[in-house]
Amino acid sequence: MAETEKLLELKNLVVSYGGVEALHGLSLAVAPGELVTILGANGAGKSTTLMAISGLVRPAQGEIYFQGQRIDVLPSHEVVRLGITQAPEGRRVFGPMTVEENLRLGGFTRHGQDLGPDLERVYDLFPRLLERQGQMAGTLSGGEQQMLAIGRALMARPKLLLLDEPSLGLAPLLVKSIFETIKGINESGVTIILVEQNARAALKLADRGYVLDVGHLVLEDQAERLLNNPQVRDAYLGTR
Amino acid sequence: MAHFIEQIIYGLTVGSVYALIALGYTMVYGVMKLINFAHGELFTLGAFIGFVFLGTLSWGSYFGPALAIGLTAILVAGSTALAGHFLERVAYRPLRHSDRLAAVVSALGASIFLQNVIMVVWGAQYRAFNASLLPTVVWRIFGQSVSLVRLFVFLTAVIIMLSLYLFINRTRLGLAIRAAAIDQGAARLMGVDVSRVIALVFVIGPALGGLAGLLVGIYYGQINFNMGQMYGLKAFTAAVIGGIGNIPGAMLGGLLLGLLETLADAYVSGAWKDALAFVALISILIFRPTGILPERVAEKL
Repeated sequence: MAETEKLLELKNLVVSYGGVEALHGLSLAVAPGELVTILGANGAGKSTTLMAISGLVRPAQGEIYFQGQRIDVLPSHEVVRLGITQAPEGRRVFGPMTVEENLRLGGFTRHGQDLGPDLERVYDLFPRLLERQGQMAGTLSGGEQQMLAIGRALMARPKLLLLDEPSLGLAPLLVKSIFETIKGINESGVTIILVEQNARAALKLADRGYVLDVGHLVLEDQAERLLNNPQVRDAYLGTR
Repeated sequence: MAHFIEQIIYGLTVGSVYALIALGYTMVYGVMKLINFAHGELFTLGAFIGFVFLGTLSWGSYFGPALAIGLTAILVAGSTALAGHFLERVAYRPLRHSDRLAAVVSALGASIFLQNVIMVVWGAQYRAFNASLLPTVVWRIFGQSVSLVRLFVFLTAVIIMLSLYLFINRTRLGLAIRAAAIDQGAARLMGVDVSRVIALVFVIGPALGGLAGLLVGIYYGQINFNMGQMYGLKAFTAAVIGGIGNIPGAMLGGLLLGLLETLADAYVSGAWKDALAFVALISILIFRPTGILPERVAEKL
């Protein structure tokens, strides 16, 4: 990838929690418009990577660049302002707030702008959320909460959307529909990094994939090639 | 019966002051999970600053009572807000990433420090508010005597609380405060600057506490450097009754505690008033530590 084609670049990222290293020098790059997936087992460092990009954990070493600007030194709210949002692991919707309040918070950085068209767009994408507009987010089903988490992350009009395990705990039919929506969001021009344990579905969707294992990058390739890679098949795709 | 209704009115007045102070505890706890033990002293500070300005402004009657009280209220809110902001900077912000206990000790230290500063500046004796400020008007409503000052204190507290309620629930910044109270990490992912939210609650909470101090001064006519201790404890109790961290809960808890106290005073014994208030605190902590309001809707997995 040429320098100019990189939207996001991680260089030798080292992150540790209380003396224990969770990432040991991770490097990766994402081009504008791509849908990249990060695969790996529990504890591989996938969520840590996303949290480091969002500025919620500080890397001990290494750098993160977004559109050529170094962002690992910025506070998280400025990272959002630059155009990186996240639907985090476990969804983390604001339970005692209504669906619409959650969405408005997603647009928090767009001070003074009309959020109306964006709300409409999210409700178009997830009609269920429109039905639940005034309901407390904590009373939604898991699938609806995931829709809300993704919709909320779209409200800031991100250039780069980070999705952490959007399929976790959802019924297969719902997973399919959420993944289709993710594809649609990507096709509308939003670059996406998708962290998943559901490797098969993620690779079918993605352009490229990275495979992490306990904080190390072990593989990096076109999604299609990873799908057919025997090593990946054995470790992450099961024997279906 | 007439006596009973009068007690209710009296209880609501005292309770509205507790509620106003309780809001400061609950807002800070909501966002920082820290009891700001110095909050009672900010309340005292508000009373003394009110004492100074009300004395100056009404002196020589350049201003009518309404204008004098209005201007004093603005000055009290402004200076206690400033003191609160300063307190956060000096006593809490440097400890934000350290042990919870360190912040608690710092809070206690700040409380002792502020109380002594107030004593050094204004002395240890009681100070009397300008008593002739509000005309002594007493209305007879349904056979009840309701004094102007009582009505003034109650209505002012209610108006301030309603404004806060609207701010928290209807504005963008209010939304950010609530979000930071629910999940700081998620709020940061939304682009909320949590440091600014913390700074904001340390401005709003002390301003409300300071205004409560002014109201107490106007209501009882006298203030003292350690009055914040008992009021602080009572307001903290009110916040716990309503569920600490819960804004409408603090308002309700304050009113309930005020009622409980005055009814205990009238029908049990004045000596038992404070004891019963703390029996309420302990009972809530034992039987319903999340407060009397229904628990927040839990997040589903």
